[in-house]
Amino acid sequence: MSDSSIQIEPSSADSTYNDLIAQFPGLIEMETRPGFTGVVVSTVAIRKVMLYLKEQCGFDYLTSLTAVDDFPEDKIELIYHLYKTTGSPIIELKLFTTRESPVVPSVMPVYPGADFQEREVWDLFGVHFEGHPDLRRLLLWEGFAGHPLRKDWKEPLFEEDVKPFKSRWPEGKGIHRESLNPFNDNVQYPKEFDPNGFTPDNDESVYKILQSKIPAGSDDLKVEHMIVNLGPQHPSTHGVFRMAALLEGEKVLALKPVIGYMHRNHEKIGERNTWLQNMPYTDRLDYLSSMSNNFGYALAVEKLLGIQPPERAEFLRVMMAELTRIASHAMAIGFLLNDLGAFFTPSLYALEERELILDIFESVAGSRMMCNYFRFGGVVRDITEADFKQVKKLVEDRLPRKIDDIDLYLTENEIVQARCEGVGVLTAEEAIAFSESGPMLRASGVPYDIRKADPYSIYDQLEFDVCYRQHGDVYDRYLVRLDEIRQSIRILQQVIKYMPQGPIQTGKVQYAVRVPAGEAYGRVEGPRGELGFYVVSDGKANPKRYHVRAPSLMNCTGLEKMCVGGKIADAVTILGAVDVVLGEVDR
Amino acid sequence: MDEKQDLNNSGYEIPEELRHQVTITTLEKIYNWGRSNSMWPMMFGLACCAIEMICTAASRYDFSRFGMEVMRPSPRQADVMIVAGTVTKKMLPQIVRLYNQMSLPKYVVAMGACASGGGPFKEGYSVVPGIDTYIPVDVYITGCPPTPQSLINGLNALQKKVMNEKMSESGWYAKEPAKEVPIPVLGPDVFDPRKSELIFAETHKQAETGDDIGEEGEPK
Amino acid sequence: MNGKGLLKGLGLTFRHFFATYLVDLFDKNAKKRRGTIDADGLFTVQFPEESLVIPEEFRVIPFLIYTLDENNQRKYRCTACGICSKVCPTQCIWITRKKDPETGKPVTESEEFYIDIDKCMNCGSCAEFCPFDAIKMDHNFKIATYVRGETHILPKEKLGRPLEYYAKIRPNNYAAEEAERAAKAQPAQV
Repeated sequence: MSDSSIQIEPSSADSTYNDLIAQFPGLIEMETRPGFTGVVVSTVAIRKVMLYLKEQCGFDYLTSLTAVDDFPEDKIELIYHLYKTTGSPIIELKLFTTRESPVVPSVMPVYPGADFQEREVWDLFGVHFEGHPDLRRLLLWEGFAGHPLRKDWKEPLFEEDVKPFKSRWPEGKGIHRESLNPFNDNVQYPKEFDPNGFTPDNDESVYKILQSKIPAGSDDLKVEHMIVNLGPQHPSTHGVFRMAALLEGEKVLALKPVIGYMHRNHEKIGERNTWLQNMPYTDRLDYLSSMSNNFGYALAVEKLLGIQPPERAEFLRVMMAELTRIASHAMAIGFLLNDLGAFFTPSLYALEERELILDIFESVAGSRMMCNYFRFGGVVRDITEADFKQVKKLVEDRLPRKIDDIDLYLTENEIVQARCEGVGVLTAEEAIAFSESGPMLRASGVPYDIRKADPYSIYDQLEFDVCYRQHGDVYDRYLVRLDEIRQSIRILQQVIKYMPQGPIQTGKVQYAVRVPAGEAYGRVEGPRGELGFYVVSDGKANPKRYHVRAPSLMNCTGLEKMCVGGKIADAVTILGAVDVVLGEVDR
Repeated sequence: MDEKQDLNNSGYEIPEELRHQVTITTLEKIYNWGRSNSMWPMMFGLACCAIEMICTAASRYDFSRFGMEVMRPSPRQADVMIVAGTVTKKMLPQIVRLYNQMSLPKYVVAMGACASGGGPFKEGYSVVPGIDTYIPVDVYITGCPPTPQSLINGLNALQKKVMNEKMSESGWYAKEPAKEVPIPVLGPDVFDPRKSELIFAETHKQAETGDDIGEEGEPK
Repeated sequence: MNGKGLLKGLGLTFRHFFATYLVDLFDKNAKKRRGTIDADGLFTVQFPEESLVIPEEFRVIPFLIYTLDENNQRKYRCTACGICSKVCPTQCIWITRKKDPETGKPVTESEEFYIDIDKCMNCGSCAEFCPFDAIKMDHNFKIATYVRGETHILPKEKLGRPLEYYAKIRPNNYAAEEAERAAKAQPAQV
């Protein structure tokens, strides 16, 4: 089922800010630094302000919660981005706290979707959130020394603050950096650490929380309650994602996701890179759809630079983004069925189509998966006539036929229906509260699609429908993905018909771009949801702060609610429908 | 380039008409030929390289042509562990534990730049610079990610290595059981129990001299 | 009818199964179409015996272009300007500029050039920003080895490939660059 477009409400962000300042005199003031937007809220009032925004003004969706370290000043900033799911511009709230004793009230009572994000800020910055029910480290393990994203925390293989390193040219000798480390490894230990006398945490903190959920009055039947770990290595091919579940027989009583097994310190490396050097790193975030990641980052930095790509480049960007969406959704459908037990046959059909799309990426961008195709102000390379004909043949002839085949094969299958209908239900209010986005949100009945609500690039000139369904179960998520593939094919047919001739880059690509000071939040509708990039610049060639708002991480916030009460076998199906990609969950 | 393995190696002359039916070879050659053509990989994908591994198992670059289609999730039933993707410190104890649980003969293929030597993320705080710091590796395949053809090339190299192994040097006919790799512990940073003495010496040396060298021991 | 969905699905897989045999029987050119967009039937490309055509823009690890001078010595195009080393996202390129033995001043040639292929992410930035067309991305993906250590830091000798090799693997790019060089070499017609 599809619907027509969402209109943005005429009120702009400034009117909301003025309204807030009038409502809470003395506690809120506008941000004054040039290039920065938003309002600064005082620490004691943040929950009151959030409650007012949610209940009186209708801002029901918290999309991003992150922190910026202002070393050497004694300040850590907390940034909150909010919007309405009925369509509104994004408003930004800021909170300043100190580096010495950062204690801040948690906003979880107002927005439950802040769960994982606050744990991440505690883990990487050391900001303590009062009122958070379960403040543990998210991406690193209990017992790790230090809070890594602070500017004065140096890694073991640290060389210099910013790239390019001086040791590479003009006098550079190729060495393995870990050979300089006394342990020949990427490790460092605090002073007077005794390895022989050390007892590790061994995940006791996770198990303690699960054990506290055992219902009272069952002490004599303790044998029925088991804690089972699903992962990090398990046959469902979603990557190293672990769920610790408390089971009573086969019923799930409590479930805690444990992540961080693919934490590759993307954000710390991002602060060291120059702006253009970050582009290949964004490929590796959501590695199934690398063109979307490039798109989001290019949009965020182009907002700061204030440049706009030429028309042909915009059409090429949309073409690549939609081809990526088809490839990613086909793979998601294939792997959902893999989780259900149809061992690999539907995946083979889906992977055939994905291989043909990857062929196009290989001949245009140079690599099947890590495309590195976008630049600030355009794209790297133009598409040749032969490749354009291939895309045309794919989109007009082969893909519609094959997607109809997959539809015929799977949608009316009785086993799929019996196992997927009514499983993992999230109502619309719950989905909004947990900050779900993408197909997860749309399958629950909320027709919010960034391409319609806040159009970027040329999406406002293209005709397509927003695909949404009502029930919010696994079957609806599968149907939404299938519908979205069809809408992407429709968009591609229009792009092919109306592609203009012209240049593909505004200005010349420089490798040492200097971005003016300011902040920007650029977001795209990725195949998994809202992929946002929050970048802060202080006028230099390297970012001051670089944060990724990962859709898969936010979509996992509702995992516990979806799985509790069902059977353990359904937990695997529900994870398959959430469609996690660990590269962006853990960054 | 001769990719086919020649079984007939003992030098006896076989008449022309029987060449397709009869082969005279050594026990070791047949043993290795059977082993190398039926290696079962363990389903162990970590990150982006795992997707290329799945594409290798899919219909276009089928690796069941080499006998590897049976991807077992259990380490007890697997022969080769293809470490595909970045090895992070949090995941490291699990990888070593799985390696210990595999039964001999076992092989490790480091697929991708990250598993071979840390990869593009090596400069961070939570990435292990190559899995060979902790477990022995047989074949390294670099690339980011290596294409399925590259992976098949690497697996063929592993098959060649297995064909050249000697039964007398194999570890699984020895009297003692295989030595297990000690599992790393997640402390303030991950540490290998084999290096405990060295770690103790380093951390207490800095405390005694009071030197401001920095914890990694290299001059700034 | 209960079970109709299952039967429809099975019908699809059976059709596909028979197509993998019958298409090869009835169409002599089916083998050439395997693994491409026109494939119907078997999709497998049997590497290493067969392989698909590698597109021109494909990138694996970089290589340095050289031409042979009169004494059959390698003359590299690289002038040690250092741009590739500055632009590399993982900083895996190390360059030492050559110094003139008498004056001690730097010469536009590199003395040592190292690339660590364990860190290279095959992004192609070095080839994209080199102003002298000296470093380009290779197509050779058969790079599996048995040992690591220092052998994965490639020195200058291992990185060199002749200009004819570059013309063979990237003909369109080579033709475009030669045309540009010829146009620059022409004195401007007044």
